[in-house]
Amino acid sequence: MTALGELQRLRASRGGPPRKRENKAAFLFLLPWFAGLLLITAGPIAVSLVLGFTDYNLIQPPEFNGLDNFNRMLSDERLHSALRVTFTYVLVSVPLQLACALGLALLLDRGLRGLSFYRSAFYLPSLLGSSVAIAVLWQQIFGAEGMVNQVLGLIGVQGRGWISDPSTALSTLIVLNVWTFGAPMVIFLAGLRQIPVMYYEAAAVDGANRWTQFRKITVPLLSPIIFFNLVLQVIHAFQSFTQAFVVSGGSGGPSDSTLFYTLYLYQRGFNNFDMGYASALAWLLLVIIAGFTAVNFWAAKRWVFYDD
Amino acid sequence: MTNLRAVLRHAFLLLLAVVMLYPVLWMVVSSLRPSNEIFRTPGLVLDGLQVQNYSLGWDALAAPFGHYMVNSAIVVLGAIIGNLVSCSMAAYAFARLEFTGKRIWFAIMLGTIMLPIHVIIVPQYIMFSQVGWVNTFLPLIIPKMLATDAFFVFLMVQFIRALPRELDEAARIDGAGHPRIFLRIILPLMVPALATTTIFTFIWTWNDFFSQLIYLTDPDMYTVPVALRSFVDATVDTSWGSMFAMSVVSLVPIFLAFLIGQRYLIRGIATTGIK
Repeated sequence: MTALGELQRLRASRGGPPRKRENKAAFLFLLPWFAGLLLITAGPIAVSLVLGFTDYNLIQPPEFNGLDNFNRMLSDERLHSALRVTFTYVLVSVPLQLACALGLALLLDRGLRGLSFYRSAFYLPSLLGSSVAIAVLWQQIFGAEGMVNQVLGLIGVQGRGWISDPSTALSTLIVLNVWTFGAPMVIFLAGLRQIPVMYYEAAAVDGANRWTQFRKITVPLLSPIIFFNLVLQVIHAFQSFTQAFVVSGGSGGPSDSTLFYTLYLYQRGFNNFDMGYASALAWLLLVIIAGFTAVNFWAAKRWVFYDD
Repeated sequence: MTNLRAVLRHAFLLLLAVVMLYPVLWMVVSSLRPSNEIFRTPGLVLDGLQVQNYSLGWDALAAPFGHYMVNSAIVVLGAIIGNLVSCSMAAYAFARLEFTGKRIWFAIMLGTIMLPIHVIIVPQYIMFSQVGWVNTFLPLIIPKMLATDAFFVFLMVQFIRALPRELDEAARIDGAGHPRIFLRIILPLMVPALATTTIFTFIWTWNDFFSQLIYLTDPDMYTVPVALRSFVDATVDTSWGSMFAMSVVSLVPIFLAFLIGQRYLIRGIATTGIK
């Protein structure tokens, strides 16, 4: 049962018979969590909503400036670049990553010899992918004299500086995200295990070929997991930061081609100490992610199949 | 026919595994090459071992690299302890206790799993800078003491729910209160969930760059990712060997955690779908 399934179940169930309440004990056990909610998560969200309507540079007290920050967004060219870059990154890399994850999970399923070796080999990159070291490595292998060009040179193809060229810089980061398909793959593998073998046996008896079995059995029964991975990876991709930061030396360049939304937010907030505008940007990010998630949930009604 | 299929499948999978891991292997090999040879060959064959890359890299920054590893270790340790204590407490309440508004609080908790840190970082930074905690490890550790890594709460809730309630009931009949049931019965049984939490917290905190970059600006307080990044900025063409060497050093703890805790990692993401 995934967190999303849990949320959906929560919405569907309407409390059982009333049980004895233990408010005092519960409050004590939840005390750290409540404090965290107030100070670290929900509280700051509320505060940043207020700050979004101010001009604040950390030194002078915040000054209310109405809708200025939001008007500024409309004409902020760099913000528009950041949105374009981030949407491209999310919309291209997540489907590719999930397709690889599902494809490999299907290949690895059911008693394949060496399964745990392959699973480890494919999973390892998703543990390394967000580290600075791998971002450094990426910068080097896709550089003008990097490993990729040397390999291309062996087969007689003239490469280029993939990262210094604005038209390809983002692609290298997309490749990096696809490279981390191991985590959703492991989730798919766990999901595939839940599908009873007898469904396939029965279908085979009825003469269904593997493609039909895949479409009629695997896809519907796996659809909640596909949905879960989709929601999770979309949210995850929106938050990418380290790779673009390291590869571009913090600038988002060349010519803003790797300016992820989070990187732009970082620049405004922590290079320029433009905290009011950064708060407004943070809220826009929250709205965008919530919007994407809501669309995912809405679309899910059409293609996600629930057994019960 | 089936045999041929199996062979082809293995050939493809092996090839893919090699392609995927090749960049990492190349980095390890490059860290042992003289810097001027690194970009001349994509191969993995070494002529000799340029071990001084490691000693040069280790001392290339203001402090020896070990200093940054100790800083990272402090943050990681604090985060692990914080997550283990605060998340298990919250999970016990959500899994075993009845209280007013439980469904709503639980839904809020699940919602915060998906909350990106970037949305809350500005006011959080303002708060921590007002209390003078910038350039200390506290902004990186205190949130973990307050159960803000909600996926672990969820992971542990799932785990506790699967434990038989009869155990609690029996203890309660013997007169045990909730703290006692939690400490004596539930905690010892949920060691696998605690192990998963420990390993994920370790890897994520070790890799975490965004919040460490923001809160640690004094070179003396740098953790490994921030130090490594300043290494990149300072490197001018010549010392790639030692930079790769320190990159490899920075990944060693992740490799070790992966080797030791693989079982818990796989089970962890399979049950909660976290990365």
